[in-house]
Order: sequence, then structure tokens, then C-alpha cells
Amino acid sequence: MPRFSIPEQELVYSGHVACPGCGGGLAIRYMLKALGPRTIVSIPACCWAITSGPFPRTALKVPTLDTAFETTGASISGLRAALDALGMKDITVVGYAGDGGTADIGIQALSGMIERNTDAIYFMYDNEAYMNTGIQRSSATPFGAWTTTTPADMDGTWKTEPKKSMMAIVVAHKIPYAATVSIGFPEDFVRKVERAKSIKGSRFIHAFCPCPPGWKYSPENTIKLAKLGVNTNVFPLYEVENGVYKITMKPSKPRPVKEYLGTQGRFKHLTDEMIAQIQERTDKTWNNLLALEGFSKEHPYCGL
Amino acid sequence: MKTYKTYADLPGAPIADVPSQEESTAGWRTTRPVLDPKNCTKCYLCWKYCPDTAISVNDEGWPVIRYEHCKGCGICATECPKECIVMEKEV
Ligand SMILES: Cc1ncc(C[n+]2csc(CCOP(=O)(O)OP(=O)(O)O)c2C)c(N)n1
Ligand code: SF4
Ligand SMILES: [Mg+2]
Repeated sequence: MPRFSIPEQELVYSGHVACPGCGGGLAIRYMLKALGPRTIVSIPACCWAITSGPFPRTALKVPTLDTAFETTGASISGLRAALDALGMKDITVVGYAGDGGTADIGIQALSGMIERNTDAIYFMYDNEAYMNTGIQRSSATPFGAWTTTTPADMDGTWKTEPKKSMMAIVVAHKIPYAATVSIGFPEDFVRKVERAKSIKGSRFIHAFCPCPPGWKYSPENTIKLAKLGVNTNVFPLYEVENGVYKITMKPSKPRPVKEYLGTQGRFKHLTDEMIAQIQERTDKTWNNLLALEGFSKEHPYCGL
Repeated sequence: MKTYKTYADLPGAPIADVPSQEESTAGWRTTRPVLDPKNCTKCYLCWKYCPDTAISVNDEGWPVIRYEHCKGCGICATECPKECIVMEKEV
């Protein structure tokens, strides 16, 4: 019998219409492997609301609610309440939303859900822009990036603001469990989603999902980029359980961010000076995270 | 006027229940992965990293590419540590 390092069961059908090499496609595949068949998914407007295929097709083997763009947090709260009313306690409720649907338009419903400590998982698949509608910037688009609304055709028309930290925002709600994952590291990914599943109350997962057309790279490099983002400390992997931070992957020799940025067309306008600035910001954020990891052991939810 | 006493009184919603795998995505390919298992160590990285769930493992434990749904993204060929998979131009 073949041996696999992640659960063998597939809960995502082939034949979906995500782009070749879609990182979000791997994220939902791994997420459902970890959560299993007793799961209900709510999906707001985003690529993955579309990629199941035209009605009446579906790419998921579990019940799925297609909901409005801003309502993921509210809809999973409602699903939980309905299941509780029906006495169905063994079903995991999960929202699968993009970065625009989470960090921008859905942030109010998400905040409400976590503040009530609704017993559900909120999963943010982050491709760092509004991809489904044609690559518009979101608050999760990183500093310096080209998008169609930050065209980088003149000095200063790239994304000039830093990426919003959704992890910091959800931890500030004193959420029981939050974690970052990358599709480049499926075992770590599945372990964290399984951990989330085992905890009661609100849980949040932030998944790093490279997108070939949006980031302007060739689709065979999706996994390479998903790993490089972690190995350059651009997207650190960590979890926060009851306010205690734990970094789950510490690159012994972090690669320079230039390597990561250089592989994507969305950063091709960057000057050496800007790359140095991004390196500096990345180092600072990483050092802050190391400090948080140390300090939160004694002082959970420190500073909040 | 109609009154709603329980959720069972609510009007139904359209339900999508046709599995997407009934749709072939083979026509998306411009290049095709060709797998020669000679050096395969059964690490299953190709199976693990396929965004289209288009690689299965057969009874003998060999990975098999299902061309009906492979979109030719090339991730499997890039990630295979033993270079068992090469991408060939579709004709
Ligand atoms: C209220 C509302 N505004 C705008 C839209 C149009 N819309 C649909 S998907 C989308 C972008 C979604 O971006 P994101 O959440 O990052 O998911 P992605 O498509 O990148 O996977 C937009 C703007 C909508 N459906 N509803
Ligand atoms: S645009 Fe990006 S996120 Fe959307 S389906 Fe294509 S690869 Fe996936
Ligand atoms: Mg997005």
C-alpha cells in the first residue's frame, strides 16, 4: 500500500476551472484533507466561488454555501447556529475567503464572529490581490507590487502601503487559535488545520497562495514560490495558541528577498533601493516575531 | 400572506450537485507531462502538489497522470526530485 505524508482522501474533484498552477486550488485541497468529510464550507465572492464551474457543477464533495462577498464571518456564524439548533455537533464549519474578502470588505463580519468566539474556522487564502475580477490591489497586496490599480507605470504608482497584518488583527481579538500556512509545506499546513479543528471557538488560518496570472510568473513555479516566500521570511510560518506565539519554521539561513521578488513580474519595476527597503522591512517584521515568540511565553497576548 | 414558522417553510435554494469532474479540462493543455517511473522512489510529491487532483496512485503504488483533467501546469515535472516527468509539447 502506498504511504502518504498527508491524508489520502480527496474532497476536491478534478475538473474545476481554476487557472493552471493555482495556489488557492492546493490550499482548499489540503484544507479539506485535514478537515475531512463532516465539514460545511462557506465561500464568498472570490476565485473559488467561480472555479467550481458553472451551475450546476461543484468541485467540492462537501456541502458548500455560496455567499455574498462581505459575509463569510456572518454566514459561518449562521451555519454554526443552525447546526447547533439541529443538534449536529460533529460538523466543522469553515469559511474559505480570499484576501480581499477578508482583509477589506469582510473584516467587519470576521471581527464580529471572532468577538463572539463563534465555533468555526475562518480560512483566508491569500493571493495578495482581487484576482477574480482582474488583479486589483487589496490591503493584503505587499508593498511595491504592481496590480492593475497600482500600475507601476510611473514612480510611486506601485502599491505604496504595507501589507495589512491579519494575524495581528485576529490575535488582538484574543482568538483561541490562529496560524499561517504555505502550500509549499503541506505537512505543516495539514497539521495546523487539524490542530485548528481540534479546538473550540473561533480559529483563523492565513494561507500563502501564489497566483500565476496575478503575480506574473510561469505556473510550474507555484511551489517554488510558496517555499521561497517562507525561506526569505517574507511570509513566516507560525501559530498563536491562547496568545502564545510559536514560529514553526525558522530558515537557518534566510534567502535574500531579492530572490523571491526577482521571480515575479509584479515586482520587475523595483529598483535596488526599493529592494533594500523591502529587505529591511522584512528583517524588522521577522525580528519582531522572534521577540513576540520569546515574550508571549510569559505574557500571552502581550501588548493587547 | 405566507408566514414562515420554521426553516422548513423557507423557499428552496438552487443546489449545484453535478461533480465538476464530469467536465474535461484536457483541452487547456499546451504541454503534457510524461512520466517514466524508472527512477521513481514513490515519494508522491507529484501527487501531493497537483492543484487539479489529476495524479492518482495505482494499486502497485506508481503515480499515474490522468490526462482527462491535467491542465499541463508543469508543477509535477518541476517538483519531481528524480526528474521522472518531462513536459512535451501538445500537438
Ligand atoms: C459587494 C461586492 N462587491 C464587489 C464584488 C465583485 N467581486 C467579486 S470577487 C472580487 C474579488 C475577490 O478578491 P479576493 O477576495 O482577494 O479573492 P480572489 O478572487 O483573489 O481569490 C470582487 C471585487 C462582489 N461580488 N460583491
Ligand atoms: S487567478 Fe490566481 S487565484 Fe484565481 S483561479 Fe487563477 S491562479 Fe487561482
Ligand atoms: Mg485575492
